Amino acid sequence: MNVGLPHFLTVSAALFSLGLFAVMSRRNAVGILMGVELMLNAASINFVAFSRYVQHGIDGQIMSAFIIVLAAAEAAVALAIVLAMFRNFGTVNADTVQSLKQ
Amino acid sequence: MTADLIFVLLALLTLVPAVWVAFSRNIVHAGFSLLLTLLGVAGLYAYLGADFVAVTQVMVYVGGVLVLILFTVMMTRVPQNGRPRHGLDRFVPAAVFALGVFGLLYKTITAVEWAASEGAVEPTTAEIGTNFITSYIFPFEYVSLVLLAAMIGAAILIRERRPEETEEPAAPAPETEEEVAS
Repeated sequence: MNVGLPHFLTVSAALFSLGLFAVMSRRNAVGILMGVELMLNAASINFVAFSRYVQHGIDGQIMSAFIIVLAAAEAAVALAIVLAMFRNFGTVNADTVQSLKQ
Repeated sequence: MTADLIFVLLALLTLVPAVWVAFSRNIVHAGFSLLLTLLGVAGLYAYLGADFVAVTQVMVYVGGVLVLILFTVMMTRVPQNGRPRHGLDRFVPAAVFALGVFGLLYKTITAVEWAASEGAVEPTTAEIGTNFITSYIFPFEYVSLVLLAAMIGAAILIRERRPEETEEPAAPAPETEEEVAS
């Protein structure tokens, strides 16, 4: 076996599908956020792999760094929303929270 | 040969805990599995020769985002009454859809003849730094603005309201057995 681009793409596709499954099936809002993180990581692996095997440059790695920064910002805001939701509704279940304001 | 073995180990380190993240009932177990997955992804970056991205992944994800996630999990624990509901109504469509997406992606990956070739592996940090302040200067500044906005937004969102501002104290909603981690 010679490790090449398709292997990384396959790992990334599997990671993306697992994240998608977590987003669709989890009820806990924090669990949904974990699924989103998995999907972002899968996209990031693709960027770095294409930059290594196809472009032979570093543009993909720079995109990957931007993805990491934006994921951190997204996680901070999303977790603040989850904490506010917990304070106002007493639950983090995404199904039972059905109004924007209590 | 050794390189292949390292790749397989890194891929397993990434995917096996990711399965646990997706399927585990216990949200704390899912959080700690996410730690291993993120470390595995950092290893894949290092395998691809992206040293700067690998270190950033460990510092930002494992050191920052994951601590935030575990912190939130521990702040929002609700007492569990009874067993978690099985949620098969959600499980089957999600599994079918996720498997369909994976099948489509895998078919594309195997069908396309990628014009892939190995490039030289060399340290990238200096070149990335140069690019950040030359060709990527505007995205770089926008990202710093986004981070500032996100920080202020998060601080406002979780700010404790002073008593005179609140109309009435928010009573916690009655606990149902659906509130357990699922």
